[in-house]
Amino acid sequence: MYSAADQIYKNIEPALSGYGVPDMVITLLAYAVPCGAVIGIVSMIAGMLTYLERKISADIQNRVGPNRVGPWGLLQFPVDGVKLLLKEDIIPDAADKKLFKLAPYLVYSSTVLASLVIPFGGSFVVADLNIGLIFIIVVSSLLVVGFLMSGWASNNKWALLGGIRSAAQIISYEIPTALSLLTVVLIAGTFSLQEIVMAQGPWPWQWFLFHNPFTVVAFIIFFISGLAEMNRTPFDFPEAESELVSGYNVEYSGMRFALFFAAEFSSIFITAALAAAVFLGGGNIGRDPYASGLGWQLVMVAVFFAKAAPLCLLTIWVRWTLPRLRIDQMMAMCWKYFVPISFACLVLTAAWMLLFDGNGIFWRMAKL
Amino acid sequence: MAQEKLQNLISAKLGASVRSMEAMKNNDLMVVLDLKDFIASLGTLKNDPALGFSTLMNHLGVDYGDRMAVIYNLYSQVHRAKITVRVFLDRKQPEIPSLERAFPGIGWYERETFDLLGIRFTGHSNMKRLLLPEDWEGYPLRKDYVYPTSYNGIETAREDLLDCGLSNAECGVSETIEHITTLNPKSAIRNPK
Amino acid sequence: MSKYSTQEMVLNMGPHHPSTHGVLRFILQTDGEMMVKATPDIGFLHRGIEKIAERVTWQGFMPYTDRIDYVASVNCNLGYAVAVERLAGVAVPEKAEYLRVIAAELSRIASHFIGFGALLLDLGAVTPFVHALRERETFNDLIEMLCGARLTHNYVRIGGVAQDLPPGFAEKCRAFVDHLEYEFVEEFNELISFNTILINRLANVGVISAETANDYTLTGPNLRASGVAFDLRKDESYSIYDRFDFDIPVGRGKYGTLGDSYDRYFIRIEEVVQSCRIIRQALDRLPQDGEIRTKLPKLFTVPAGEIYVRTECPRGELGFYVISDGKKNPFRIKIRTGSFSSMTIIEHISQGVMVADLVAIIGSLDVVAPEIDR
Repeated sequence: MYSAADQIYKNIEPALSGYGVPDMVITLLAYAVPCGAVIGIVSMIAGMLTYLERKISADIQNRVGPNRVGPWGLLQFPVDGVKLLLKEDIIPDAADKKLFKLAPYLVYSSTVLASLVIPFGGSFVVADLNIGLIFIIVVSSLLVVGFLMSGWASNNKWALLGGIRSAAQIISYEIPTALSLLTVVLIAGTFSLQEIVMAQGPWPWQWFLFHNPFTVVAFIIFFISGLAEMNRTPFDFPEAESELVSGYNVEYSGMRFALFFAAEFSSIFITAALAAAVFLGGGNIGRDPYASGLGWQLVMVAVFFAKAAPLCLLTIWVRWTLPRLRIDQMMAMCWKYFVPISFACLVLTAAWMLLFDGNGIFWRMAKL
Repeated sequence: MAQEKLQNLISAKLGASVRSMEAMKNNDLMVVLDLKDFIASLGTLKNDPALGFSTLMNHLGVDYGDRMAVIYNLYSQVHRAKITVRVFLDRKQPEIPSLERAFPGIGWYERETFDLLGIRFTGHSNMKRLLLPEDWEGYPLRKDYVYPTSYNGIETAREDLLDCGLSNAECGVSETIEHITTLNPKSAIRNPK
Repeated sequence: MSKYSTQEMVLNMGPHHPSTHGVLRFILQTDGEMMVKATPDIGFLHRGIEKIAERVTWQGFMPYTDRIDYVASVNCNLGYAVAVERLAGVAVPEKAEYLRVIAAELSRIASHFIGFGALLLDLGAVTPFVHALRERETFNDLIEMLCGARLTHNYVRIGGVAQDLPPGFAEKCRAFVDHLEYEFVEEFNELISFNTILINRLANVGVISAETANDYTLTGPNLRASGVAFDLRKDESYSIYDRFDFDIPVGRGKYGTLGDSYDRYFIRIEEVVQSCRIIRQALDRLPQDGEIRTKLPKLFTVPAGEIYVRTECPRGELGFYVISDGKKNPFRIKIRTGSFSSMTIIEHISQGVMVADLVAIIGSLDVVAPEIDR
């Protein structure tokens, strides 16, 4: 399969190798361009999400929301970004300075890394790894290290509590997330995200979400666990502002804080995008993405975003509706309900595949 | 009269430890107790089923100038009546046993009384200042309290001291005001009477 | 012996912390998320109101009572006014009594909005808090019409009230009360009160039995949440509360144990409805004309004597122990507040709970820092 990086490589390799540029450099160059583009796009989307979150929460709460900067306050997020850039960068005296500086980058990069394997529709994927799903699960686990590091390095008890909470929370919810993703892997027979998308179809009954009853449950578990992994209400324990003041990022200011913030909002989009690709058919419009022209490819991208956007909005909606759970209740929910249920889903999907020869429920109904 | 009945009941139960009893403006009873048998009398008031003054509403200390007093406002569900129990204390060394055993919630009230009036409660589990800082000097609600002009090197005088109709000597701030007016003749303080 | 040992962590919660309502400090000893002990440290908002009282005139103290509990200042005004009137034997005109009840009950509603709204905010539910504040905004407009102030109202005077109802107030107030009783409470309950997460957070947390509540001098809604139907407006009626028909909501342990945080939360919502009923009756029976204030001499003195008067404040019993020596300023005023006694119980019931539960307990007891410190 091809990815954006492969295509760039193919196009620039003959020209550059003629000048004696080593292959390694060309490969790096071929990857750097789409990587930079995707990270930029994801950051832009994260910025838009901050605006959306403020606007939607304002609507929910009978307020107006940002409306001063630009039309309808649309320029609020770049202005906020500039403001955070210009703010004084405060590092506490008692902090472990190296770890303190490192942590935000770790958090941000581990979030954004996941976006590299997400198929944005058509052939727009930076690297179509054949272990794409595993890659996502692995890099999002790295998040824990960043949170724990920031909590410890701040040398602040609230931050430490927040860091430890996030470690417990993210590691626990990693399991139901991975198990519910594995149900899809069983059906598609591949870890490659692009292939998972192509294994589905344009119509809802062809999506893996409606493949069998257990994938529906798996999708719900995936989405709720996703909320927990990105520290969103009702699972925002690591930063629970009314309990831990602001949790792991309490000592951070300026751009370092902005990185945490950007990571949080990027992960909203990435989780939604992953759900859209894995369960909702991604940008599949029934055409081969590698054989289609640019026009069709852009339609695929539009379809992909049309599926991811409602999930982002749902995430925001949930945050402004529900109160926060207590940490033991959240852990009980994970270990007592989500882990066994998602495991059951995995096993039962496997049984379904055996019984019905790998065909989905709608195929069965059509037969009847 | 229900009140007379209660009055008779209390004097019968408490006997000689009641120094005097009178009706307040509110028709509540004011019972002045002897310091000597104070704990026992309070125990009777609280635990005797016929009296049943088991709810503590309020506790305060008063500096009457010549002597001090602690006051307990008790309420009885049995009689649906409030009484005020007052115990006079020596002003030189005000001390009274703590009621923490009988009313667990009184701890903070007693600390506040200690904090603001300097009445010591013997047997209290944590007899420390409650509202004021640990290193505060004096007891503000005593009538002879002199306002400090500074606390840990911080001036406490304010320019906009209100004229409250009292003389400065009564307010205990005369020196401060003179000090400020000499520093700044255009100061906004209204001239004290 | 192991090379590693664990020790309890000492955490400073406050004085600046989002869920200490006002400036409060808790010294927490925690074992991870579990709390070993929470010691409250108060006094950050101590303004010495009781000492100030000894320096100002009887009427001059009225604005200071606003600052006892600035969330429900009319109730504090009323408590002081009733105490002084009883001690001095001042009669209050009929119309003024009705106006007092209307203002005090409006104030109670507004205070409860802050009470349960802030509790929900502490539990991470931001939207219900904002919805509660939206309704409080209408109250602010109403009270601004009535007395010109939005926070420290200073509406009640000794012997009456400051102002008569402005034109248009009655209709606006009636519409507000109807909206609350028939629309808002239902909508709010659907939005949050019966939410499973909220019930799980509050039910069986910080249980206070009726005996413990009595031991720790708990009063007001916190006492009633423990199942004791004791309301000073009914049981020791002051002003003209005995003329109105209203119920005393008590805790029922609907989702957990009697006297848990959920009872303390829900009872406040129920009290809002009862206050609405009182306001409606008061507006119906309000005399059209008549004095709103008894004329008092310019140099108002109170005959020597002592009195203890307690009134029902949104945060419990507000007691004024007033001593007069016949001069123009009080000899001693002791203010007993509901939040002060609510604070004393926190150390007792917070052992072995989680940090998040402490936040729920503080919020459900509805403590307000200025009322504790005075």
